[in-house]
Amino acid sequence: MSAIILFTAVSIAQLMLAAAMAIASVRMFRGPRAQDRIIGLDTLYINAMLLLVTFGIGTGRVIYFESALVIGMLGFVATVALAKFLMRGEVIE
Amino acid sequence: MIHSAADIPVWAAIAVAFFLLVGSGLALIGAIGFLRLPTFYERIHAPTLGTSWGIGGVMLASMIFFTVSSGRLVFHEILIGIFVTVTTPITFMMLARAALHRDRAEGNGNVPDKQNKSQVAQDVLGVNEPGNG
Repeated sequence: MSAIILFTAVSIAQLMLAAAMAIASVRMFRGPRAQDRIIGLDTLYINAMLLLVTFGIGTGRVIYFESALVIGMLGFVATVALAKFLMRGEVIE
Repeated sequence: MIHSAADIPVWAAIAVAFFLLVGSGLALIGAIGFLRLPTFYERIHAPTLGTSWGIGGVMLASMIFFTVSSGRLVFHEILIGIFVTVTTPITFMMLARAALHRDRAEGNGNVPDKQNKSQVAQDVLGVNEPGNG
């Protein structure tokens, strides 16, 4: 019973997060200006992180948590570097 | 180490399913709003739905699942929650400032002009400039 509930919820959540990733990548490719593309990339990696954690719940392995943590940290650094580039024209002054 | 989904009780499975669906649903709603809102300054609000309770719901579901299935307290997912909660405002504030800077430099859109400090003080605090009496 609990396996059926969990399997259904994890499948629906994975479909929702994959749809959110697809929508974010649509905005990233279509976005009129550079800042729209950067926020699209930010939303894309946040949703990928959530999808990895959901995948970890579905398979019952703890290893996916660590890759989600790495994605979160690298994504933050990447987005801040891109925003700094838009602001100043160079990343490290 | 693999925890099977079959050996957790039904109430825990229902709680995990509830938080998982709330989190992923909020992330999806945020992404849809991010696609549909018209201007950049409105679009920047939408993904924060996924980074506040989207992250929170999925991390709560993961904490409940691994705590119940492994029989000990597991809460290392709170690291991701704290990290994303701290870093998302920094990211979006820097992006909004960059977008404002670009819009002002190109002179397009209806962004407010840059004010100097005495004007800001006058508007916010109602303080008169020195020399006005």
